[in-house]
Amino acid sequence: MVKKILMQTYLWILLVLLYAPILIIVVFSFTEAKVLGNWTGFSLNLYKSLMNTGAHHSLMNAFVNTIAIALIAATVSTLLGSVAAIGIFNLRARGRKAMGFVNTIPILNGDIITGVSLFLLFVSLGITQGFTTVVLAHITFCTPYVVLSVMPRLKQMNPNLYEAALDLGATPMQALWKVIVPEIRPGMISGFLLALTISIDDFAVTVFTIGNQGLETLSTYIYADARKGGLTPELRPLSAIIFVVILVLLIIINRRAGKVKR
Amino acid sequence: MNKLRLFFASRKSWTLPYLIFSVVFVVIPLLLIVVYAFTDEAGNLTLANFSKFFAHPEAVNTFVYSIGIAILTTVGCILLGYPAAWILSRSSSGYSKTLIMLFILPMWVNILVRTLATVALFDFARLPLGEGALIFGMIYNFIPFMIYPIYDTLQKMDKSYIEAAQDLGASSAQVFWKVVLPLSMPGIISGVMMVFMPTISTFAIAELLTMNNIKLFGTTIQENINNSLWNYGAALSLIMLFLIAATSVFNTDGNDNSKRGGEPW
Repeated sequence: MVKKILMQTYLWILLVLLYAPILIIVVFSFTEAKVLGNWTGFSLNLYKSLMNTGAHHSLMNAFVNTIAIALIAATVSTLLGSVAAIGIFNLRARGRKAMGFVNTIPILNGDIITGVSLFLLFVSLGITQGFTTVVLAHITFCTPYVVLSVMPRLKQMNPNLYEAALDLGATPMQALWKVIVPEIRPGMISGFLLALTISIDDFAVTVFTIGNQGLETLSTYIYADARKGGLTPELRPLSAIIFVVILVLLIIINRRAGKVKR
Repeated sequence: MNKLRLFFASRKSWTLPYLIFSVVFVVIPLLLIVVYAFTDEAGNLTLANFSKFFAHPEAVNTFVYSIGIAILTTVGCILLGYPAAWILSRSSSGYSKTLIMLFILPMWVNILVRTLATVALFDFARLPLGEGALIFGMIYNFIPFMIYPIYDTLQKMDKSYIEAAQDLGASSAQVFWKVVLPLSMPGIISGVMMVFMPTISTFAIAELLTMNNIKLFGTTIQENINNSLWNYGAALSLIMLFLIAATSVFNTDGNDNSKRGGEPW
């Protein structure tokens, strides 16, 4: 019994430590102080000035860019990755292995190698870096995760279903839409969500491919901000909002998954 | 010709878009790193970029120091994360699922915001920023990546092995060292991959946690690229790439010994 209590205490201490920094941000989003850690009484002013687009135009701009890049990159990599997974699944063992290896390169490489290598690609092709290059870079490191989450679904699928659909007179396109896509849809959705997350969170690859045309994402904005010393206070309410939205989304997704299983 | 037509009719051809994409955005860029690393600004073949690295004790020291920090972070994540994963794997499934979600959730906050929050936490607790803060921040950022794979293997583990060992008279310490730990090795190895690699290649985080006092290798690379020293930066990246390749070879060796896990390929 004592052992059990000790074990649970350990888990909760870890969790409290993990959440302490986030809690600090959320708590201090409700005060006006410029420096994080000073409490000058409860106030919603930071939320108001965040919504007031005039004052913090660049922060909201960076936020919108981040979301736009993530949505485009996640959508394209979900399509590219799902089609690729179906193709790879139908290859012979050797081809499968080779594609599997190519697919893991961006995952293993680490952000900085991916960033440097893409930077060199764009520079040697003479391409001006900006929105498009960031999106291309994000597709590069998001697609492998989509392939990895669609693949197990294809493996679980009954291989005869597709053939049966063809025998019953479906065209290959119909068989794809009516048989394969419904089967792999959960993998595509989780791949899309994963891609969305890592795209929003990315910093290293973005820094190398964003160029110097004045484009900012949330990560590069925060980085530039921190270098100048200190955070823009409005980042606190923004982070708090993002965190709460994601929390709610995750709970909804989890509930849906639970219902489907039952 | 007929073969070609057959290929395009089959679903194998669906690999093509991704294959082309990967060649352009993964393979060629990697080759470019090699090309830039072995040439000078005029495009002549040279080893000068590498000799420059080894001639600069500062760069070499940063490299060795970064490996040290990455090892410390990884070991710290194993020591703190393994017990957590083990406790989670023995809890009832609904409860442990919720807790695992709670462990992963902080990952959804931007890594720089999390790091700055850690800085705020240290300020708040009046602790000095420096090496301690750096290792705390690194473990803080990466521990969920260690807990999850270990939890996953522990949960899939066949519990009858433990019972068998107990029936045969093994003490709980023996059960752990001889049965549980070896069986959870695949989880530890993928955890190591997910912690060690990103730790080595992080940049910016170390500066924020140490008030610019400590620099890791990732920052050295970024600074050189930023200062238009592309060839030297590429050489440094290639050195890092070798390190990554060495670690992944170690990883695939480990995987071959344990074919039980669900290999996606």
